[in-house]
Amino acid sequence: MLATKTILFFSFSYIALLFAIAYYGDKKADAGASIISNPYIYALSLAVYCTAWTFYGSVGRAVASGPNFLTIYLGPTLMIGLSWFVLRKIIRISKTYRITSIADFIASRYGKSTTLGGLVAIIAVVGIVPYISLQLKAISRGFLTLTNHSAVAEQATVFADTDFYVALLLAVFSIFFGTRHLDVTERHEGLVAAIAFESVVKLAAFLALGLFVTFGLYNGFGDLTRQAASLPNAQNLFNISMEPGTYANWVFQIFVSMMAILFLPRQFQVAVVENVNEKHLNKAMWLFPLYLIIINLFVLPVALSGLLHFPDGNVDPDTFVLALPMSQGQPVLTLLVFIGGMSAATGMVIVETIALSTMICNQLVMPVLLRFEPLKLPQRSDLSSLILTIRRISIILLLLLGYIYFRLTGEYHPLVSIGLQSFVAVTQFAPSVLGGIFWKDATRSGAFWGLTAGFGIWIYTLFLPSLVQGGLLPESFISQGPWGIEWLRPYQLFGLQSLSQKSHSVFWSMLLNIGLFVGISVFKQPTALEHTQAARFVDIFKRSEDKDPALMWRVQASLPALKSLLSRFLGERKTLMALKAYNRQKKIGWENDIIEDAGLIAHFESLLAGAIGSASARVMIATTVKEEPLGIDEVMDMLDETRHAIAYSHELEKATAELKRVNERLTELDRLKDDFIATVTHELKTPLTSVRSLTEILHANPELPLEQRNQFLSIIVKENERLSRLITQVLDFQKIESGVADWQLDHIDIHAIIEDALAASAQLIQEKQIQLDKDFTRPHHTIRGDRDRLIQVMMNLISNAIKFCDQEKGHIQIRTAQENDFIRIDITDNGAGIHKQDQEIIFEKFRQANAAKEGRPPGTGLGLTITKQIIEFHEGRIWVESEPGKGTAFSFILPISTEDK
Amino acid sequence: MESKNQTNLLISLFILGSLLLNFPILSLFNLKGFLMGVPLLYFYIFTAWALLVVLIGLIMRKTTDREKS
Repeated sequence: MLATKTILFFSFSYIALLFAIAYYGDKKADAGASIISNPYIYALSLAVYCTAWTFYGSVGRAVASGPNFLTIYLGPTLMIGLSWFVLRKIIRISKTYRITSIADFIASRYGKSTTLGGLVAIIAVVGIVPYISLQLKAISRGFLTLTNHSAVAEQATVFADTDFYVALLLAVFSIFFGTRHLDVTERHEGLVAAIAFESVVKLAAFLALGLFVTFGLYNGFGDLTRQAASLPNAQNLFNISMEPGTYANWVFQIFVSMMAILFLPRQFQVAVVENVNEKHLNKAMWLFPLYLIIINLFVLPVALSGLLHFPDGNVDPDTFVLALPMSQGQPVLTLLVFIGGMSAATGMVIVETIALSTMICNQLVMPVLLRFEPLKLPQRSDLSSLILTIRRISIILLLLLGYIYFRLTGEYHPLVSIGLQSFVAVTQFAPSVLGGIFWKDATRSGAFWGLTAGFGIWIYTLFLPSLVQGGLLPESFISQGPWGIEWLRPYQLFGLQSLSQKSHSVFWSMLLNIGLFVGISVFKQPTALEHTQAARFVDIFKRSEDKDPALMWRVQASLPALKSLLSRFLGERKTLMALKAYNRQKKIGWENDIIEDAGLIAHFESLLAGAIGSASARVMIATTVKEEPLGIDEVMDMLDETRHAIAYSHELEKATAELKRVNERLTELDRLKDDFIATVTHELKTPLTSVRSLTEILHANPELPLEQRNQFLSIIVKENERLSRLITQVLDFQKIESGVADWQLDHIDIHAIIEDALAASAQLIQEKQIQLDKDFTRPHHTIRGDRDRLIQVMMNLISNAIKFCDQEKGHIQIRTAQENDFIRIDITDNGAGIHKQDQEIIFEKFRQANAAKEGRPPGTGLGLTITKQIIEFHEGRIWVESEPGKGTAFSFILPISTEDK
Repeated sequence: MESKNQTNLLISLFILGSLLLNFPILSLFNLKGFLMGVPLLYFYIFTAWALLVVLIGLIMRKTTDREKS
């Protein structure tokens, strides 16, 4: 129907168009106007997930096992919903540390381990090669279907070369797209643009076919399903089979595809490495699953229609998408579908081989070459062309391997089956990566042994059996187990049955992988570098660059050496540009040839890591940088310093608290001083005012009656006395307070002092008709003290008692008693008493009980303060006991003179 | 706080999706029969699937709006 020439013409035109788009994208990127920097292109590039497997294989899968094909797209939908904290974290980490592949990611996480990076690269290559061969198979099968419809089921020996040429063509294609130049970030804007375009083409082609089948050949879904209901195996298509293990397989496939969307090398490439802006994820999180829904809408109709049109089963369901439009005589649609299938396959192959070639080069070849002494590679002046060559050869090798695998395994496997095998392989990365970004204690040994064991199980349960069909291994390997050991049968390991081959492999490999990963990590201590990397990865969202733990390393390097190292891998121009960018950002001078800035060296290393992977970059940097983790002594020193600092800060805290207290005290004293001055002034002013006004009256009225005149004069005399008393008290107080008072110490009889004081107050007592009780305990004791001051104390207390005792039936009691080495004196009145809260303050200066209540207080407010000072000078103590309404008792004790004891 | 809320929403959605699209809930819809010409099971899966995508879209639109403001 379609001439081979026509098909080839359109195929090459399409590829030329892709090149044009890629070229345009690269040019725009160089000019700084990215055409891929939007969430729509990003989501479309993620759709590189849909390969020839989706395009051709889903229909075949639907025919074989009904809705089962959908699991491959449900898993990614679930996973992309979690990408806010899984994929986004991986993107942030990879951007921060310039990680360029999944192997680099794992190697970098576990202490930049070359071994681990190499292992991951090997797993990825071996795991993905069957998947690449699937694409080759799909393209050549499509081509065969197109050129000779009836030859579909024939052996492909005649056309063997077709596959080979397809492989070579794709290799050239990938080389042109992916390895034109070396970039520090490994980003290929043009490639992404082309991939996004391919995603549109394959979707459009499949939709066109679906619409044609559903609404062209039939009258919509209803018509199609009604007719299909008559098919013998229709129920198998419409429902999940009731066989045991079906649902378990369903769950396993969803799990595996969830992991595949993150860990397939090409998904890592487009989702992480080629990501322009983290925020594009926000929209892609629903755009990408939407794409998956749409591309799956018409799978069932095409499958049903294929079964209806080719009932005798001589057309492979995997080719229904092409066979249907061909059988209906639709050349344009057929060609469109073929191009769509080619889009799906080429997109996958290009991105996958580029991603894998980066891994092979950075994780497998370069580490070996750099360590291989005779080559003297680290001394070579320009290595970027060498790197590109390695990558180009890797791409060719990968496609040849794909071709060989395809030839070896024969052409009997359905497409989906091959693809799932690769999914299970990349699922092995899940524990190391997911554990690595959320669990700090995950260690290199755990990851290494987990990966090794998981991969081993995969090889044994999936890869080796797939070679049986190519005749490389005997059939008995599957049916009877190696050497006839039945419990080692690869599809029923340890006798586990009823799971599908893939689920069976997933179960055992994950069991060992996760078990060893967790088990060894728990028991093994990580190295310093692993620790650093773990913290960097797990806390990526919390960490600012300044706090990077790498800066704990003590480094020293020569700037020219580092520069030349970098330019050997990146080229002179790019090195200078990168350094200038760093300089702009950090404002670091380059005047010194010796760098000791760990941050700058870390930056150099990350630049290099972009080109050759983190493990190799570490080796290279190590050749020029003297770097050592802080030794135990330095760490102890640092700890010591820290300890001192902490101790010092404690002292500081104490001193600060002290200062604060002193300051508060000073403020309080200052306030008291102000109060003191204000009160004294006030106290002085009141009598002065009255004296002055009375003298003025006397002066102005000389003819005032004598009686009144005498009254005025007596008031003036009294006020004057009060004034002088106050002044004496203030002076006294000041003297005692400042410690300059003159004390005349002598042996004194305390009773004599009481009698003296009473004698001085006798007149007042008589006037007020106060009853006085004296209860003196004999014999008299002497104390050592200042006689006049102690009389002052007694007088003060007695006059207080007189002042405050009951005005009608005044009663005062004075008691003395000996208490141990002290003499105790109580002066009790029967007055109004003092409130509890006032009892504590009456000894403070100018504080008087009930001052506010009774208006202007009697007295100066200094009497009790002075009394207290005097008693305390004599090493005694004064206190008050009182209850409102029941009188007041002032008591004090004074030590008995030592001679008297 | 808002970001934490969003994380919770997305995790809940993941759990919801895992429940809806797996045994045993899935088996409840593994029935014979058609709805609008579509086999019942397919109808259910595509509906649940679309619901998930719409909910992801709604949750993320809030984020995008917040980032803009």
